[in-house]
Amino acid sequence: MTTGSSSPQRRPDGAALVIAAILAGIALVIFWQTSQMRVPPVQQRMGPTVFPYVVASGLLLLAGGTIISALRNGFPARSKDDYRPIFWVVGGLVGQILLLSTAGFSIATGVLFAFTAKAFGRGPLWKTIPIGVVFAFIVWFIFAKGLQLSLPTGVLERLLTTGSAF
Amino acid sequence: MSTFELLANGLVAALQWQNLVYALIGVTLGTAVGVLPGIGPALTVALLLPVTYKLDPAGSLIMFAGIYYGGMYGGSTTSILLNTPGESASIVTALEGNKMARKGRGGPALATAAIGSFVAGLIATLGLAFIAPFVVRFALSFGPADYFALMVLAFVTVSAAFGDSALRGLTALFIGLGLGLIGIDLQSGQTRLAFGIMDLLDGIEVTTLAVALFAIGETLKTASDRDQVAAQVMAVKGSVWMTIEDWKRSWASWLRGTFIGFPIGAMPAGGADVASFLSYSAEKSFAKKPEEFGHGAIEGVAGPEAANNASAAGTLVPLLTLGLPTTATAAIMLAGFQQFGLQPGPLLFANNANLVWALIASLLVANFMLLVLNLPLIGLWVKLLTIPKPWLYGGILVFATLGTLGANGAMSMGIGPVRISFELVLLLAFGVLGYVLRRFGYPIAPVVVGLILGPMAEQQLRRALAISQGDPAILFHSPISLVLYAVAIVAVGLPFILRMRGQGKLLGQLATDED
Repeated sequence: MTTGSSSPQRRPDGAALVIAAILAGIALVIFWQTSQMRVPPVQQRMGPTVFPYVVASGLLLLAGGTIISALRNGFPARSKDDYRPIFWVVGGLVGQILLLSTAGFSIATGVLFAFTAKAFGRGPLWKTIPIGVVFAFIVWFIFAKGLQLSLPTGVLERLLTTGSAF
Repeated sequence: MSTFELLANGLVAALQWQNLVYALIGVTLGTAVGVLPGIGPALTVALLLPVTYKLDPAGSLIMFAGIYYGGMYGGSTTSILLNTPGESASIVTALEGNKMARKGRGGPALATAAIGSFVAGLIATLGLAFIAPFVVRFALSFGPADYFALMVLAFVTVSAAFGDSALRGLTALFIGLGLGLIGIDLQSGQTRLAFGIMDLLDGIEVTTLAVALFAIGETLKTASDRDQVAAQVMAVKGSVWMTIEDWKRSWASWLRGTFIGFPIGAMPAGGADVASFLSYSAEKSFAKKPEEFGHGAIEGVAGPEAANNASAAGTLVPLLTLGLPTTATAAIMLAGFQQFGLQPGPLLFANNANLVWALIASLLVANFMLLVLNLPLIGLWVKLLTIPKPWLYGGILVFATLGTLGANGAMSMGIGPVRISFELVLLLAFGVLGYVLRRFGYPIAPVVVGLILGPMAEQQLRRALAISQGDPAILFHSPISLVLYAVAIVAVGLPFILRMRGQGKLLGQLATDED
């Protein structure tokens, strides 16, 4: 179950190698993007490119360190995570992002609330979505009306605060 | 003016009714959110930052400070009654505090935590008031190279000095530094790493990153954990009040905790968690009955709780006097200052003396409020612990997205005909990043500190290089910077050597003491 077992012949930590590759990838992107910048010659040694090169070099070194750590199984043991709840939470966030501009804050955020509850095993959705919408509307009312926060308004918010859907 | 006069003026300002209301709102929200498991003070401040755009600067900063202090108080309640620390600085409290609660001594455990936090908060806030002017005077002589060295030291202590892996700490820091590069470079006007996306020109918002890493990352990690044990809330049985023996055993621990915690927060030598670990082991060696440790020794609650509050106040020393955040919460508070166009540092004490001293004085006020809120009203806060997880995390995500939309809710991107908020897309992406970091044992705070401190360090570096016309030797010219680099090397080296000599002792203890 864990990758950090103490047997002498261990396989290198594959996931950690992927992390190392990602870090190196980010470093290369920063190198490449920074090299594309046109900097006046006066600024070569103290201009906007200095720090990005420092950061990218650091990331590259850390990628190397991560490879060593992966080969030595230096990462802490990981539990076997259940990915289904993650899909529910991420799904809820994606749903909210897509619904916000058309359905308004309350409905979009109600969906997020219900999907998150589902991730923690509370359902069914036809019950939790309405609960979420009501909760989100109360929150919207307090923050948008009380504290003047600009939050996306949809049909539901207009209907309940002005009495007309448009 | 002397420190006394400045502090007295500050108190007059802090006692104005608006500021009292802000402080009360801050400590109440801070306690409530600190009590909720999975939400620490950093996330609380980040969530509330966008809400305060329209409030007056002094008031909202007083509110933030109240939230910070309140979060530290509230976290202990969770540790004692739930054995799930509300924030990392309370891990040690959970060791002894939860054992006490299981023995039916939850009341005295909560009381010693609250009174200890009060004593520590009071002494440490006064310490802050008296030390700050000296640091400010000293800092006025700092050149850009010295500031850069100071930031390097902060980077090192935040990411590498403590925690269980310097490699992962530094990696987290560099991810933050990399994110800090994005956007228009303020000195040359050049765009960096924006990939043609308009929303990235202003750079990554600290609040978006912090909310994503703490709220969404934490939610994902908790949801995916298969062995979620339904944590049991211990009811507070019997009297909340401490017996005479409890008082006798606690008072010295409070003071020791304070004097361990304050310098650690102020130096900057690591966060509140380090302070509480050190205090715990100090209490263990000072204890008259060491055999009680691991079975609910009151000293093991009193010391660490005092230490983590003292260190929270200590953190404000580098934040206010040098503009140097050394914890995630301090980093977000720095963003709070910047949102009002204020830059903490020695000049803040010169240009906004009234505001700074009102803020420091209001910390004293907040401390009194917290004692009242936490002792008699403890039953109210305990109820918060009984909120079922699905609703709790559903609510956390609602507020996380609300705060992000409130700060920057422009529907600036489109997928086909649907307009979407780029800021929320970032929130989701960083949330997944937060999950991955947690899963692989990377610390979170260095990412946040790197994002906010990176551009500041770059500015000082370039100023220094501009003075020397590009000669990097200037970085090592002044004695101040040499001392700071030396401390930084010790800070990385010492724990490394300790680790080589058989794994940090404190962490080992923690593992064996847990059931």
